[in-house]
Amino acid sequence: MLEIKGLKVKLEEEDKEILKGVDLNIAPGMVHAIMGPNGSGKSTLSYVLSGRDGYVVTDGSATLDGVDLLSMAPEERAAAGLFLAFQYPVEIPGVGNMTFLRTAVNAQRKARGQDELSAGDFLKVVREKAKSLKIDAEMLKRPVNVGFSGGEKKRNEILQMAMLEPKMCILDETDSGLDVDAMKLVAEGVNALRSEGRSFLVITHYQRLLDHIKPDVVHIMADGRIIKTGGPELALEVENNGYADILTEVA
Amino acid sequence: MALAKLKQDTTAARLADVTLPTGAAWANAARADALARVRAMGLPTRRDEYWKFTDPTSLTAVDAPAAALFDTDEAPLFDAVDRVKIVFVDGILDAAASDDLTVEGVVIERLADVMAADIHWARDIYGVLETCGQKPVERALAALNTAMATDGVVIHATAKAAKPINLIYLHSDPASDVVLHNLVKVDAGAEVTLLETGPAAARFSKCLEVDVAEGGAFHHVRVQGRDHERRAVTHCFARISAQSTFKSFTLTFNGVLTRNECVIDIVGDDATAHVAGACVGDGHDFHHDDTVFVTHDALRGESRQVFKKVLRNGAVGVFQGKILVKQGAQKTDGYQISQSLLLDDDSQFLAKPELEIYADDVACSHGSTTGAIDETALYYLRSRGVPADQARNLLTLAFLAESLEEIADPALANDLRDRLESWLARHR
Ligand SMILES: Nc1ncnc2c1ncn2[C@@H]1O[C@H](COP(=O)(O)OP(=O)(O)O)[C@@H](O)[C@H]1O
Ligand SMILES: [Mg+2]
Repeated sequence: MLEIKGLKVKLEEEDKEILKGVDLNIAPGMVHAIMGPNGSGKSTLSYVLSGRDGYVVTDGSATLDGVDLLSMAPEERAAAGLFLAFQYPVEIPGVGNMTFLRTAVNAQRKARGQDELSAGDFLKVVREKAKSLKIDAEMLKRPVNVGFSGGEKKRNEILQMAMLEPKMCILDETDSGLDVDAMKLVAEGVNALRSEGRSFLVITHYQRLLDHIKPDVVHIMADGRIIKTGGPELALEVENNGYADILTEVA
Repeated sequence: MALAKLKQDTTAARLADVTLPTGAAWANAARADALARVRAMGLPTRRDEYWKFTDPTSLTAVDAPAAALFDTDEAPLFDAVDRVKIVFVDGILDAAASDDLTVEGVVIERLADVMAADIHWARDIYGVLETCGQKPVERALAALNTAMATDGVVIHATAKAAKPINLIYLHSDPASDVVLHNLVKVDAGAEVTLLETGPAAARFSKCLEVDVAEGGAFHHVRVQGRDHERRAVTHCFARISAQSTFKSFTLTFNGVLTRNECVIDIVGDDATAHVAGACVGDGHDFHHDDTVFVTHDALRGESRQVFKKVLRNGAVGVFQGKILVKQGAQKTDGYQISQSLLLDDDSQFLAKPELEIYADDVACSHGSTTGAIDETALYYLRSRGVPADQARNLLTLAFLAESLEEIADPALANDLRDRLESWLARHR
């Protein structure tokens, strides 16, 4: 599904290398987790994959089902099936959440040569998915993420993911700022989307999200590299001993 | 004090061939008075402080610069709205193309007829509100309009008008130089909505005087466009009484020069005055100026000025807005915001927001910003699959949204939003 080879990335504005050769291979249906200390490059990886400005790929490749992601515009990557749930969802005053969702869904359908959803059909689907994420009608009417609490923003990300039905989902610290109940809600939302053809890359700081979204593979990232890969037990090790042991072990 | 030479010359040249129309004695007097005031004030020139950002030369020139007619296959605005249509072709009312003027709740007359009537309430308003609005800043082009106008409509709302009144200004002669003057009188507790649409002329001078009595409401939605070469100078003078409502919104597309002045006097307690505008301009040949002056002279008045401009490819936007709170106008709530979205480095927004307050217990705020498209929001939208152009347009509409919210009727607002969307889709 997602194949990243020797990916090196530096900042556009300054000569600072952030990703120093990342290799990652996620098969269809798998859930991978990336853990790692702050500043290790986890968000940068997600931004580069989704096409944010400001980064320059100096080496390596990233493909989705064999298609080169890095040469595509962000909207083309989305249409190809990539989705990033943002660590910091963006507020867009003046654009209603519902309008936003509908525009996004229909834009992707159009890009894939499908008919746009009628207003009625769309409404039906949104209502149903919003309900399971405890997103009420009021939240759908409000401008995108404006005045939303941290938890509401994250649930809104998951709603977008559920509506867009991507095949490769990247979740960047979707658990940060959530209380236990909100985290369960989000995890349920994610688990409901798990399927044979859909893969996940879950970026997180803490083991606790991984209690709810069970990963198949866990990677540890530090200083722009994946320094260790293992099973779910690796996350527990981090939880119990922190990153220090792993960092010295590989150094 | 003697007028500056440029002003003298400009005024003399412009007035040389002006002969006043004749009508009833009171109308003749109002016109003569207006002409005398123009002579005394002199027409504006580029050196006037009030015209610092906008060159009035083409507005005061003897001959109007021609403006090519603009073909559009767009359906007429507000087509789905049940309204009374009054059509003007190059500034002349076309009765055959207009609807029957009988509407419940309002009396609609033609200015030409009213100015010939010996006895008419119009006498207390025509040129009267305009004269009040000459202080503290002179607006000689409005006085010139009062002197020269022969056509327009005179609206008297005696109750809640059954339908909005839509003045449709068609432009058919590329050289048309048009002067129109409209009057609106809203009785106590009455309510009327005035819609104005269409490019009107190569050069359009329009004056609107509105008198709203206690508890009355006046709603105004205007669309100026889409001819590229047209010029317009418009004035609105409003006097609003206790507990009354005045709401005016203007959307402007294209136009080589547009100067919209709105002068509102709040003379009764607990009154509300909102004036808002949005404009979209593309290219060096777009210049749009909103000049607003709101005076609070009563208790607990609420006023809002909300102006948004989207400018690209060298377009220029101007905002001069003032809130004047007179002594004793306690508990005034005045708000003013002017913002521009510059889609490139070539375009320019010039703003002069002003507050002048002589009462000590008021809440007034103003702000002015100039900005570009929010790149983070753009990336967020694109990451959800929205193509870059569409995402930019969505953010542009979002920027304009606050001003469109000033339109009370959602059906009218939606119509304008659709027009903006198509304009943006054409200008990528
Ligand atoms: N646009 C940027 N400008 C400056 N520094 C950046 C930028 N993006 C990332 N960085 C730097 O790159 C490093 C990795 O950041 P990030 O990817 O956010 O890490 P993580 O998500 O693992 O906490 C940090 O040192 C951060 O300061
Ligand atoms: Mg991060």
